[in-house]
Amino acid sequence: MSALAPTKRRGLAQRTHPLVYVGLYLVSLVIVLPLLWMFLTSFKTDFDAISSPANPIPNPFTVDAYVTLAGGSQPILQWFLNSVIAATAQTLIILVTASAAAYALARLEFVGKRIVFGIIIATLLVPGVIFLIPNYLIVQNLGWLDSLWAIIIPGSAGAFGVFFLRQFFISLPAEIEEAARVDGAGDFRIFWQIVLPLSRPALATLAVLSFLTNWNDFIWPIYVLLSPENLTLQPGLAVLQGTYSTHFGIVMAGAVIASVPVLILFTLAQKQIVESVANSGIKG
Amino acid sequence: MGRRSAIAYLFLAPFLILFSVFVLGPAIYGLWISLHVWNPLLDNHPFVGLQNYIDLFTPGSLTSGDFWKSMGATGIFTVASVPLLLLIPLGIAMLLNNRVRGGSVFRGIFFAPYVLGVAVISVLWRYLLDPQLGVVNALIGQDIPWTVQVPWAWISLVGITVWWTLGLNTIILLAGLKGISAELYEAAAIDGAGPWRKFTSVTLPGLRPVMTFVVTVTILASANMFGQAYLITKGGPGTDTRTAIMYIADQGLTQNQMGAATAMSYLLFAVLAAVSVLNFRLQRDNTL
Repeated sequence: MSALAPTKRRGLAQRTHPLVYVGLYLVSLVIVLPLLWMFLTSFKTDFDAISSPANPIPNPFTVDAYVTLAGGSQPILQWFLNSVIAATAQTLIILVTASAAAYALARLEFVGKRIVFGIIIATLLVPGVIFLIPNYLIVQNLGWLDSLWAIIIPGSAGAFGVFFLRQFFISLPAEIEEAARVDGAGDFRIFWQIVLPLSRPALATLAVLSFLTNWNDFIWPIYVLLSPENLTLQPGLAVLQGTYSTHFGIVMAGAVIASVPVLILFTLAQKQIVESVANSGIKG
Repeated sequence: MGRRSAIAYLFLAPFLILFSVFVLGPAIYGLWISLHVWNPLLDNHPFVGLQNYIDLFTPGSLTSGDFWKSMGATGIFTVASVPLLLLIPLGIAMLLNNRVRGGSVFRGIFFAPYVLGVAVISVLWRYLLDPQLGVVNALIGQDIPWTVQVPWAWISLVGITVWWTLGLNTIILLAGLKGISAELYEAAAIDGAGPWRKFTSVTLPGLRPVMTFVVTVTILASANMFGQAYLITKGGPGTDTRTAIMYIADQGLTQNQMGAATAMSYLLFAVLAAVSVLNFRLQRDNTL
């Protein structure tokens, strides 16, 4: 059952206190206002942004900041493209490699299974900073410094996807697979034609989470990407903040460009994302 | 190896290759690096045994002062942010645990900042909190040095982080609240328990397993703080808000002191592991 489904409350049928709504609207306001300010400021002129910061309504309304960004000294469109390519490629690699590995760990018997699973899970608890310097050297040796390969490949090796999908595969009823096996289907067919189609919701959730993680990563790309044209959007924003410091409209426009894709993705996949997060505490 | 095992390893192979090269390998390689003076620009990396670790515990060594100051900064941030990231989300989750019209919309709004990258929320708040030209000072008519003086810089970093990630803990705690049986509340009501008594006798004990998870994850996340300080305060004023991760990354990847930096990262890991174990023990023994 879904972790956030409404629970039946026999005997507790009082009306919800109005203060509950007051509280929820207040929190919503605190969350939304800064984001609203970001969007609105991106449509301000430089002068407007600096001279009337307390008034969020652009006067005049202008898309100059976006025009400046598109034609400016920093290749933000290239960064956007790099981010899309890297996040998409990494998501695909994770879906393929993690689903196959998770299937083996969930359904197949093999020598060393407990050790392999134990090692994979143990790395979930290791903080990312442990990998920062050694992976920098590995990526350097592979000739991937300052290239998108550094953004795509190392991050696709994390244990989360395997752990996440294994949990889901285990929860699938084994009867269908057993019936297929009786009918003579091999492991590859069962995986491809039965397990994967049944797992579409979990695969979709993992895809969204992987895309978001890669899109938003910051510490790794700021160190392994060097040339302006090779950056992704997050390190790009750091550059924009340096280049345009008090041209707040332009910096906010960059932040909007980096936000819109993930906000759209979140709106579309809100239910899956929130569910998977809700379950993390209960099952974790 | 039997045929069954061979097939299983065929399934595992693509992941295990990546995992070995970019996760397991680096974890061990990092330990190896930490036993050397390792400047990536030089061909020769002299083996020094545990010297990099010993240096971190030797007052007056090249690294110990700055390292422990950065650990202290991480500690301040963690101690200040974790209670807020437990209490505020718990309060919001309890609000959402009522019959609320539009509950999923509220959940979506509260979670939304978390899907934005640290760079986005940092440049946004860097603008809002700009001491001279920012929105917040303009709104309240003050000249508060939000990003350039302590303790304001800490207040800003903690507040921004709470704003950014409160939705995450809210959602997890809400799921925990939903898992508490309504019968327990009814029984408490029959026994004459008021709201506070219900909270301490039913809600908190019922949340304990989820709370242990949330506390651990939140401590680890706070202890790994990097982007906010990197972009908003640049570690300043001076190096007051330079966190351990910032110092390690700077030493290893900018100053080319990779041996010392990897030693620091393993020491940080050890501290975090100890804190996690301690937290699990405390929560298990705690009979609230």
